[in-house]
Amino acid sequence: MGEPLLEIRNLESFYGPIMAIRGVSLTVEPGQIVTVLGANGAGKSTLLRTISGLMDPEKGEIHFAGRPIHGQEPHKVVEAGIVHVPEGREVFPLLTVDENLTLGAYTRRDRTEIARDREKVFDYFPILAERRHQEAGTLSGGQQQMLAIGRGLMLRPRIMLLDEPSLGLSPLLVQEIFAILRRLNADEGVTMVLVEQNARVALDLAHAGYVMEIGRVVMNGSADRLKNSEDIQAFYLGQQEVGQRGEKRWKRKKTWR
Amino acid sequence: MDQLQLLVSGLANGCVYGLIALGFVLIYKATEAVNFAQGDFMMLGAFVALGLTNAEYMALPFWLAAPLSILVMAVLGYLLDLLVLRRLFGQSQIAVVILTIALGFVIRFVAGAIWGHEPQTLQSPLSQGDISLGGVVLSVVDLAVIVVTVLLTITLYQFFQRTRLGLAMQAASQNQMAAYVMGIPVKRVQGLIWGISGATAAVAGILFASKGAMDPNAGLLGIKAFAAAVIGGFGSLPGALVGGLIVGVIEPFAARYLAAGYSQIAPYALLLAVLVFRPHGLISQTRMKKV
Repeated sequence: MGEPLLEIRNLESFYGPIMAIRGVSLTVEPGQIVTVLGANGAGKSTLLRTISGLMDPEKGEIHFAGRPIHGQEPHKVVEAGIVHVPEGREVFPLLTVDENLTLGAYTRRDRTEIARDREKVFDYFPILAERRHQEAGTLSGGQQQMLAIGRGLMLRPRIMLLDEPSLGLSPLLVQEIFAILRRLNADEGVTMVLVEQNARVALDLAHAGYVMEIGRVVMNGSADRLKNSEDIQAFYLGQQEVGQRGEKRWKRKKTWR
Repeated sequence: MDQLQLLVSGLANGCVYGLIALGFVLIYKATEAVNFAQGDFMMLGAFVALGLTNAEYMALPFWLAAPLSILVMAVLGYLLDLLVLRRLFGQSQIAVVILTIALGFVIRFVAGAIWGHEPQTLQSPLSQGDISLGGVVLSVVDLAVIVVTVLLTITLYQFFQRTRLGLAMQAASQNQMAAYVMGIPVKRVQGLIWGISGATAAVAGILFASKGAMDPNAGLLGIKAFAAAVIGGFGSLPGALVGGLIVGVIEPFAARYLAAGYSQIAPYALLLAVLVFRPHGLISQTRMKKV
């Protein structure tokens, strides 16, 4: 393995008075999809917001392609090649699909390349091409999520931070979007950090994973290793063992507690 | 014929209200704060133009003084955001609102200290003469106000629709977080919006001062413009203009046909009616976020 693309060391971040991240370290190799799993309030979104500069870390370091980026303004982080696709389909509702995509390339100047990337986005998400003159606020939830991802791609990012792309979508749509993410990674080599609650689809897609609980990483490893871990199976993949008396064991202890 | 004259002078007044309302809405959309000093911005813009133009002050030619005062107000708006409002970043909106109210007082007294509290007239080439069109006598200044407002509106519309920066401004006002993560320097964009609204206020001020005498309390007209912005649907630029025109037109008609005393109430009665029956304003741009 060469130089990691993204390296986070002992990051601590506060959400108001609450310490949301308590010393997280994480590395992402180029071309990898790394997933961060965890329940509500585990600090996953805060982690992404700290990387993209929406929040400043209290302690710790974030290095991107060997350069420190922690504590910088978000537009500087974007210029470095990091794009954050925030949770909850944050599109520009009164602008058209086309204008949303144009804004994705806000930091770029190369018109012909931008036009080519726009075609590529339409290639991956044909529905967006169909709706290109429609206001983004009138799209369905799944289409808005596609637009948010497509808009992120317009930046031609070196790494994409995806915050719960499956949130609130039907299982079928989740399958569709994750298939596209897989193609993007395989064909375009887009590196991704994928924050998810839906551990099953995330671990199927990712190469490596981290599990966060109340602000800490409690487990990490390759996706296969995590999938086969008993704790992950019990607490994140929802497989239940049957106890000796044929009842579910509700009060299983996690090994990391 | 009578009605037509009332209509034109109402429209001209309404244009001034509309331009001030435009300033309210621009800043509200970009920063979600209401700048209650917008009316005083207008007054200050007028006095800057007056100070540059009038013979007893600097006696510059009007056509040089007008763009200069617009520029001065734009820079002032930008600096106000850069030096004062950005320090309130993260404070509650109330803090910003109170600050702008206080700022209005400061501007009023500063203008009084520099230019005195007596009403003064801008020596504007616009304020001379009447045109008679088929029995209707229209003043040049009323027509000029309408023309300038239309031109400015078209310019602003083109700017927001066609340019990269304009699009970024729309984006930053619609979804600040998404704008940040797209690499749009949101704070700088907000500063520029303050600049634009300062410039708009200056245009409104120059037009208003061409219509009649100005004194430092003229900024209180901002209240009417605020009503206009709410009637139009706070947050919609065309709405602000439409609201301004409605308030402007209602005034002379109410003064003509209603008993004295009641006519001043008319714009606010309309405001109440709009708030009751169309709480989002006549032209609303609010849309629920899909979950």
